[in-house]
Amino acid sequence: MTVITAIITLAVVAALFGILLGYASIRFHVDGDPIVDKIDALLPQTQCGQCSYAGCKPYAEAIAAGEAEINRCPPGGEATMLALAELLGVEPVPLDEEHADEPVKTVVHIDEQTCIGCTLCIQACPVDAILGAAKQMHTIIEDECTGCNLCIPPCPVDCIHIKEVEPSLDTWRWPLPKQPFVAPKA
Amino acid sequence: MTQHTHLHHFHGGLKLPHHKQMSTGEPVAQATLPAQLTIPLQQHIGETGKPLVKVGDRVLKGQPLTQPNSYISAPVHAPSSGIVSDIGRYPVPHPSGLSSQCVVIDTDGKDEWISRNPVDDYHQLSIEDIRHRVRQAGIVGLGGAAFPTAVKMNPGPDKPIDTLIINAAECEPYISCDDMLMREYSRELLQGIEIIHYTLKAERCLIAIEDNKPEAISAMESALKQTKNKQIEVVIIPAIYPTGGEKQLIKILTGQEVPSNGLPSDMGIVMQNVGTALAVYKAIMLDEPLISRIVTITGEGVQRPRNLEVLIGTPMSELVAQCGGYHPQVQQLIMGGPMMGFAMPNDNLPVIKACNCLLLENKAPAENSAMPCIRCGECTRVCPASLLPQQLYWYASAKNFDLVQDYHLFDCIECGCCAYVCPSHIPLVQYYRFAKTEIWNQEREKQKSDHARIRHDFRQARLEREKREREERLRKKKEMLAKKKQQEAEKAATGEKPEDDPKKAAIAAAMQRVKDKKAQTAQANKDNS
Repeated sequence: MTVITAIITLAVVAALFGILLGYASIRFHVDGDPIVDKIDALLPQTQCGQCSYAGCKPYAEAIAAGEAEINRCPPGGEATMLALAELLGVEPVPLDEEHADEPVKTVVHIDEQTCIGCTLCIQACPVDAILGAAKQMHTIIEDECTGCNLCIPPCPVDCIHIKEVEPSLDTWRWPLPKQPFVAPKA
Repeated sequence: MTQHTHLHHFHGGLKLPHHKQMSTGEPVAQATLPAQLTIPLQQHIGETGKPLVKVGDRVLKGQPLTQPNSYISAPVHAPSSGIVSDIGRYPVPHPSGLSSQCVVIDTDGKDEWISRNPVDDYHQLSIEDIRHRVRQAGIVGLGGAAFPTAVKMNPGPDKPIDTLIINAAECEPYISCDDMLMREYSRELLQGIEIIHYTLKAERCLIAIEDNKPEAISAMESALKQTKNKQIEVVIIPAIYPTGGEKQLIKILTGQEVPSNGLPSDMGIVMQNVGTALAVYKAIMLDEPLISRIVTITGEGVQRPRNLEVLIGTPMSELVAQCGGYHPQVQQLIMGGPMMGFAMPNDNLPVIKACNCLLLENKAPAENSAMPCIRCGECTRVCPASLLPQQLYWYASAKNFDLVQDYHLFDCIECGCCAYVCPSHIPLVQYYRFAKTEIWNQEREKQKSDHARIRHDFRQARLEREKREREERLRKKKEMLAKKKQQEAEKAATGEKPEDDPKKAAIAAAMQRVKDKKAQTAQANKDNS
């Protein structure tokens, strides 16, 4: 008898919790993976594909799935890598040597004399920063350009050039002073 | 006069040698009109205005050169009459040594004013009118921050102002332009103060002067006696650097602390510099925009230290020449004072609105003499913002920008007290400036990347939509074709002759017409022959 009571009690309890959990899974359902959005928020959104993924979001998804290292974003540089390491609670991974320096901010510039108006660059631009129409001259909206350089390979007449962004009074940064001299320990 | 205001103390601070007598021996003289004036378009906190003049235009003294296009902005004006010879990038006095957009005016020596309409009594003007005139006159805080004054004179209806503080502390060594201004323009200055007081509807007004300026104090007190304004009071405060800091001066006068991230106007306090108040007087009573200011040219590196009334845009080299030239051992030119100023790369730079002092020093800047921090804690003792400079230094040098903000980096006023007392000569303020500009840069990058993400997502959505629409069109076309075929099949089944394609029919009709015409012409030819 006691055995039956115990089984019934446990079955009732199990059923109750099952209903509760089932309700919670519907009521508190989360769309998408929040970690992907968090990673994506840290990436520079150049959409350049230098990480070998087709944009920042796919790279974020790959990191979240554990398929990609956190050091593959050259435009983000060390700062992005460190931020990702902190977010994910993993050890920082050194950047490839060729990307170890602080990334230089660039935009592209169309030589309007040479442009033939083929629209290939417009189709390549991930952020719609190129203005133009077929057989019309194209131009870059510099404020919107992320410096991904994806428009350069499709150009049949090589009229797109990379241009470094000059610091202005508003964007200039103080340099880090030279670190104090520390005498080597004898 | 007995002082009514009970004084308080702020944490830390330094007693520094004043060196002010050096430049107060002579009255303020008018600097000579230079052949060329270079006026940077960006001389204030906020957005740059839109240029209103073209190369080749003749401009009159006081004519606006830019049009402010946002609320926090200020126009610049032609300081003298002449021809605009260029609009382009020229080096400006800034720690970066970068160039910025400037209007260059070749002066014609006539100093011809635009038409002005001075008022006799500012009470005739509405408060909105006064603020508008102050804004149009391009007045910015002349104490050094260069924040547009009209914005500060409009704290909003939800923030009633109870105290107006006129900052005449001038706490940084060597600088004496505010001192000389009070000595020589006390009556005009007082009118400017009354205008600001009237605009803010403040209950009281305190003019805070450090006790090392007895002449200025007596000049202001005697000017005040004549106006019989009971709401305005001259308060003598002890000379401790940096009493002239906004938060420090509020603490001394009211005992209240401006909270971190807060504004004095939240506490019913507005502070203006004396130079700003005189500029307000000129803008309202004389209808003269801010085109000149008093500049102290001083230090061991100049032959005849003094104060000059200088047109904005005058090259610094001309001012030094008017002060007897350089001392042979001069080593550096600093804009501002010895504590907070910036060394200039050369003297061919224009005077800007925020330039209160040119300091010429005979000692060279200390080159990399910093030693490791020994954790003595002197910096913490002197910090007037009650911060922990050591911790800020560690985290800034380690680029740990989250922690450095947890230690309230942005409450640092960059007064330089910590670096002054540091026995290891660590350039502490440079670390804080580095960290601040890095953090601002990160915020800018974040905004930019968020913006790029929105644009990228929008583009993806648009491509997706276009693809869907194309597929939809294709599907519809296919459906139509299938329908037609089915109809034809049905007709064939019922024995009806399938109707000709309208196109084919049209072609057949046209061919028939041609045939008829040919036959007709052939017939006609036959008849004729």
